[in-house]
Amino acid sequence: MKRFRGFLIKEFIHIFRDVRTMMILFLIPIAQILIFGYVIKNEIHDANVAVLDLSKDNITKEISGRIDAAPDFVVSDYLNNYSDIKEYFSSGKGAEVIVFEPNFAENFYGQDNARVQLILDASDPNLSNLINNYTSAIIQTYIADQNMSNSPNAIITTEPRMWFNEGLKSSYMFVPGTMTLILMLITAMMTSISIVREKEIGTMEILLVSPLKPLQIILGKVTPYILLSIINAISIILLGNLIFHVPIIGSTILLLGVSILFIIMALMLGVFISSVTKTQQIAMFISMFALMLPTILLSGFIFPIENMPKVLQWLSYIVPAKYYLIAIKNIMLKGVGVAFIWKEILVLMGMTFFFLILSVKKFKLYI
Amino acid sequence: MNNNNNKIIEVRNLVKRFGNFVANDNLSFDVYKGEIFGFLGANGAGKTTAIKILSGLSYPSSGKIMVAGYDVYKQRNKIKRSIGYMSQKFSLYEDLTVRENIHFYAGIYGLPFKQIQNRTNELIEELGIQEMANKMIADLPLGWRQKLAFSVAIFHKPKIVFLDEPTSGVDPITRRQFWDMIYRSAEKGITVFVTTHYMDEAEYCDRVSIMVDGKIEALDTPTKLKENFGVNLIEDVFIKLARK
Repeated sequence: MKRFRGFLIKEFIHIFRDVRTMMILFLIPIAQILIFGYVIKNEIHDANVAVLDLSKDNITKEISGRIDAAPDFVVSDYLNNYSDIKEYFSSGKGAEVIVFEPNFAENFYGQDNARVQLILDASDPNLSNLINNYTSAIIQTYIADQNMSNSPNAIITTEPRMWFNEGLKSSYMFVPGTMTLILMLITAMMTSISIVREKEIGTMEILLVSPLKPLQIILGKVTPYILLSIINAISIILLGNLIFHVPIIGSTILLLGVSILFIIMALMLGVFISSVTKTQQIAMFISMFALMLPTILLSGFIFPIENMPKVLQWLSYIVPAKYYLIAIKNIMLKGVGVAFIWKEILVLMGMTFFFLILSVKKFKLYI
Repeated sequence: MNNNNNKIIEVRNLVKRFGNFVANDNLSFDVYKGEIFGFLGANGAGKTTAIKILSGLSYPSSGKIMVAGYDVYKQRNKIKRSIGYMSQKFSLYEDLTVRENIHFYAGIYGLPFKQIQNRTNELIEELGIQEMANKMIADLPLGWRQKLAFSVAIFHKPKIVFLDEPTSGVDPITRRQFWDMIYRSAEKGITVFVTTHYMDEAEYCDRVSIMVDGKIEALDTPTKLKENFGVNLIEDVFIKLARK
């Protein structure tokens, strides 16, 4: 135990004496959360939409009016026929065209089967998805209002509210995502680099020749980063809550517990990376490419997994960040308890043990 | 001196294979308590492989090996407590001070805190580096780093210290001083097992083994080796063996 304490003190000295390490640990997370929160927004602000009204009756006019009046939409163009749509999108004027079928009002009153087509420029899938949802919501609300006032039998039962993120605020999505990214990158990258550094300067051999056990060396390397990452996680949650007003509806303790589990998983992954690499550069390279890209692209952080090709969907099952992101989104935004996220917790635990066992084995015979 | 009870390292038929490549081909030799045993050979002759096996960093493919009276297969933890190790990399932490490095390494060998404190002060005085004691290793001249690395390797008073090319890349004066330190520790009863490819250093050893392509081709005192081969320098013995 005394040996272990000495090891820990040494690790903390390494961290606190190195300005670069300190910056990566504490400045980058804050910078990232602010950048993601403020700059990369995919909220809708005065989105331009066009209307192709093939019916031109009072109902289509009312609906168009409502869309125009909605705070985030402006009906910028009225098109005359289908062939105009392509040109409208190519000109980049807007991202959506709302098409009312001929005889819309008649159909609406007659058979309750009036059709509106929403055509979206899906080159920005997230934005078009948001616009799509928002427009449908406006139309549904209109229909619901009509049913209320005109005919007593309300046929349309769609719920137009955007659950969990009623204002469609992107920061609600970005704070958990950024937190996932930061915890993953910093913990895995920093541990792998700090272990590989010992290999590079030759001190690892001395540690392995000493009576310290491989598990003690791993734990000694990892423990400081567990503590620092927890501080990081808390500061990100606080920043998100205070600056971007991201709520924490669920249990804070559960949120912290899941975060600690994820941190430990990432650390074990870092140890594993260090056991298969020989230089700090390669360790950093692997951490960046093998961890950062999947974490950004395949975790559901920016791109919805459901919209991906099947192969990528399968691939996303082995991305640890995906499970953590699902868990913390559910805790923070929906306020669910363990009963709803036990599967994710179990998967993260399994991954932690997997990497731990693999690393200890590799560590013993790495020379 | 060459008494059987005094064997501190006993190697019989040590073989280490990496796939088809045989790095150590059937090595057998003994090292006696308190001697300075030189392990010579060209780069790639298999010196480092052997020293790693003896110090518990790697397992042999076959053979019987006893270090400090313990079996390398079964009693590694006991071996680890009895040996010190220094490699060609100086293996001190550059961002730690001299004192912190000593404390750290002494700490992982489990020495009591009081003892660490006292012996650290003794060592700093002995080396005459009082004014450098609280400086970072990064600020120390190379020669001092290396002397300090050696002192740290024998700080816990091991029975054997393994030195893997400890003087490579060091100026001649520092090398000379370094060898003085080796003599002093041998006088205190620490067995020194040193690999080198500087042939002049072989003259400083009590006994020398010369490795060529994974095999030990000669093993004796430097004087006898030169006699047997009819040459004036160990270097010439080495060249004769390598050309064979």
